[in-house]
Amino acid sequence: MPIDFNFMVGGEAGQGVQSVGFLLAKVFACGGYHVFADQDYESRVRGGHNFFRVRVSNDKVGAIAEDVDILIALDSDSIQLHQAEMASPGIIIFDGEKIKGVSGNNGSLLSIPLEKMAEEKAGDKLMLNTVALGAALSAVSYDLTMLNRVLADHFGSGEVGNKNIAAAKAGYDYVQSERKGKFRKIKPLSEAKRMLLTGNEAISLGAIAAGCRFMAAYPMTPASSIMEYMAAKSKDLDLVMIHAEDEIAAINMAIGAAYAGVRAMTATSGSGLCLMVEGIGLAGITETPIVIIDAQRPGPAVGLPTRTEQGDLQFVLHAHHGDFPRAVLAPATIEDAFWVTVKAFNWAERYQLPVIILTDQHLASSHATVDPLDLSQVTIDRGILFSEKEDAPSEYMRHRVTKSGVSPRAFPGLGKALVVTDCDEHDEEGHLTEDAAERTAQVQKRLRKISPLNKEIGTLRKYGSRGAETTLIGWGSTYGAIHEAVDILRKEETSVNMLHLNELWPFPTKAVVDTVSKARNSYVIENNATGQLAQLIKAETGYDVSRRILKFDGRPFTPAYIAEAVRKETR
Amino acid sequence: MVTTSDYAGLKPAWCPGCGNFGILKALNRALTEMDIEPHQVLLVSGIGQAGKLPHYTRGNVFNSLHGRPVPPAIGAKIANSELIVIAVSGDGDAYGEGGNHFLHAARRNHDITYLVHNNQVYGLTKGQASPTSDVGFVTKTTPYGATNPVNPIALAIVSGASFVARGFAGDMDHLATLIKKGITHRGFALIDILQPCVSFNHKNTFQWYKERVYKLEDEKHDPRDRKAALEKALEWGDKIPIGVIYKGDLPVYEDQLPALNKSPLVKQKIDPRRVEKLLAEFM
Repeated sequence: MPIDFNFMVGGEAGQGVQSVGFLLAKVFACGGYHVFADQDYESRVRGGHNFFRVRVSNDKVGAIAEDVDILIALDSDSIQLHQAEMASPGIIIFDGEKIKGVSGNNGSLLSIPLEKMAEEKAGDKLMLNTVALGAALSAVSYDLTMLNRVLADHFGSGEVGNKNIAAAKAGYDYVQSERKGKFRKIKPLSEAKRMLLTGNEAISLGAIAAGCRFMAAYPMTPASSIMEYMAAKSKDLDLVMIHAEDEIAAINMAIGAAYAGVRAMTATSGSGLCLMVEGIGLAGITETPIVIIDAQRPGPAVGLPTRTEQGDLQFVLHAHHGDFPRAVLAPATIEDAFWVTVKAFNWAERYQLPVIILTDQHLASSHATVDPLDLSQVTIDRGILFSEKEDAPSEYMRHRVTKSGVSPRAFPGLGKALVVTDCDEHDEEGHLTEDAAERTAQVQKRLRKISPLNKEIGTLRKYGSRGAETTLIGWGSTYGAIHEAVDILRKEETSVNMLHLNELWPFPTKAVVDTVSKARNSYVIENNATGQLAQLIKAETGYDVSRRILKFDGRPFTPAYIAEAVRKETR
Repeated sequence: MVTTSDYAGLKPAWCPGCGNFGILKALNRALTEMDIEPHQVLLVSGIGQAGKLPHYTRGNVFNSLHGRPVPPAIGAKIANSELIVIAVSGDGDAYGEGGNHFLHAARRNHDITYLVHNNQVYGLTKGQASPTSDVGFVTKTTPYGATNPVNPIALAIVSGASFVARGFAGDMDHLATLIKKGITHRGFALIDILQPCVSFNHKNTFQWYKERVYKLEDEKHDPRDRKAALEKALEWGDKIPIGVIYKGDLPVYEDQLPALNKSPLVKQKIDPRRVEKLLAEFM
C-alpha cells in the first residue's frame, strides 16, 4: 500500500519544534522515502505558536498536505489549533502531566509523560521533545536503529548524542508497550541516497558549484540562512561572506567584487531589496554581473516577516529607473533552485547584467529530498574575456560597442589593460560623457543583449493532458502544489493541465502565447493579491488571464486548496 | 620607471582655481614617486566634483553611485587583494550620503585608502550646505545657517580607523606625503583634505585655510597616542592641524579572512566539483 503520511510538530518558539521536525524529515529521508517539510513560524524568539509539517511518501512530493496523521503537541495550543486537521485515525502525542484538560476523540489522544521520562532516562527534562520523536516513530513501528544513527549524526557521538538516543528509546519503548500494532506501520525502504535540502541550502550549493566566492549581505528573514551557510563554509572552500552594515552596502560590495572578476552575489527579502534598488541600476549601467536572491515575504514594508508570498514579481521587473536589461528567474522546486542558481551566474557573466532569483519563504525554508545532483552537468561560462595575448592592453575599452552588445571583460590588475567604468553614462572606454551619439550607442548596445538572452530563456514546464478544458498557470515555488492539484483533479475526471514558468524575464512571449492561445479556460495560481503573473502575461502577450486563484494570507498553497478552488470555479 | 606622464588623464572639467587640482597633482605625484603603475591601482569614486577625479588621472576606475564608493572598493579589494584600492569622495558623498559606510569601513578597518575632498559645501549641485559646513553657513537650503558639522577626523578615530590624517589642497608636497603614507598603511586610511571651493564657498577660502593650518610634524604630536589624537581631532577654528593625526596597529578586516591566505580570490580556479563534499553532508 502506498505511503503518504503526515507528521506535524507544534509548540512555542524555543521548544525545539524545528529540531524535532528536521529530525523526523531526516530519519525518513534516510529510510529511502521522499519527504517534503515546511515550517510555519512567528516573528519571535520565544513563545507564540510554531509548527513544522513533514510529509512522507513513496512517491516524489513537492507540497505539503492538509491532513495530519501524527501530531506531536509540545503545548496545549498545538492541540487546540490543529485538532480539526487530524486524519482519522490519527494520533496526538502530548504530555498529559503538563498539558491538562485535553478533551476530544480519546482514540486519537496519546498522553505520554514526556518530561518525566526525559528526566528519568536521559537526565535532562529539556529532551522531552526527543522522547516525543521516539514515540512518534514507534507509533508507526519505524526502525529505531535508523533514528539512533540520525541522532548520533546530528548531536555527535558524545554525551549529548547518547542522552538523546536514550530519550528517543524511552519514548519508543513506551509506545510499543502501550499501543503495539495499533497503528499503521512504516518500514524503511531501500537505502536510497537522497539529500534533504532547504531551498536556501540548494541556492548556496548552486552558488558554490558555480564558483561564487564572494557574498555580501545583511540578515533578513527568510534569506539569512544563505549568508550563514556561506559564512560557515568560507574557510574550507576559500570564499568570503561579508556581513555588511546594510543592504545598500551589501549589493555595492558584491558589485565591486564582480567588477574585480570574482563571481559575487547578495541575498535579501523584499524590503531589503528596496534598499538595493540603486545597485540593480548600477550593475545595469556598468554592465557588472551580479546575482541577487530575493526570498520573498509578504509586503509592503515589513509585512508578515516570517511568512510567504509571491508579491515581488512586478517589483523586480521594474526596480530602478531607466532602460537596461536584466534577467529574472524563479526556481520551481528545491532541486531547481540549485540549477537555476548555476544558470544565473552564467547568464550574469555571459550578458554582463544583474540576474535576480525570486524565491519565497515557502521555498527558502522548506525541506525536500533531492536525488543526487549530477555535477558533470554544471557548466561554467564566464562570457567573453579580453585577451592581452591577442590585443594590445592599450586598445582595451570596457564598454566597446559590439554587434552583440557584449563587450569583452578584463579584470583590473590582472593585466595591463585599464578597466574603466562609470555609473554616469560613459563612452566606450568607460569615461563619463554627455555626448548624445555616445549615449545613444551605449543604451542601444546594452539593450541589444536582451534578444540573445531571450532566446535562452523560457523553460516552460507543462503537465497534464494536451488540449485540456482547464489550464493552470503558475510560477516559482507553487510548482509542487499545482502539479499535485492537477493529479487530484484528473483522478476526478476533470480535464486539466498546467503551465509553469521558472524563467520569467526577458519574458518567453512566444512559448507562453503558444499555450495560452490554445487553452480554453486559463487560471493563474499565485501567492499574491493582484495576479502579478497575469499582469505580465497581459502586458507581454495581450492575453488576459482574468481567472485568478490568489492567496495572500502569508501561507503557502496546498494541492487540496488549489483543487477545491478549481472545483468551485468550474462547477 | 613610472613618470608623471603615465598619469596624464582626461582634461578636468573643474572650475579654474579649484582645490581639486592640487589634490589631483598630489595623488599623481604620490603614485609616481612610489613607482606604482596605473594598472596596479583601482580608483573607486562616488558622485560630486571629487568623484570625477579618477577620470583625470589614469588607473582602473570604478566611478560609483553617490555616497557609495566605499562598499565597491571593499568588494574589489577582497576580490583582488593585490590591487591598490583608493576610494575618492567629497564631503557630501563621504559624510552625508555615505555616512554609514564610512563608519563601518572604519570600524572593520578595511585595507583601503580613502581620500575625501572636503570643501564644506556642495559643488556639483551648486552651493548647498554640506555635512561639514561651518555653523551658521547660509546657503539656498540652509537659510537660517548650517547647524553642527560632523567631525570626520574624530568619527574615524572613535570608529576604529587605523590611519587618520588631514591634508590641505593648498600644500601639495605635504599632501602627497600623506597620500603615500596612507597607501603604505595596512588598514583603513582616511585622508580628509581641506579643499577650497572657489565658486560656492566664500567663507572657507584658500586664504582662510592658509591662515589657520599648521603641521603636526612640526609639533610634538604622537599619532600613536589615541587620546592626544582625539584632542587634535577636536581642534577647529583659529588653528587647524594637518598631518597624521592618528595611526595605530589595529586588526585589519582582510587579514582575518582565511580565503585570502593562498592567493587573491580572483586568481583561484572555479571548480564545480568542490561542492561534492558539501552535497555528501546532506545525505
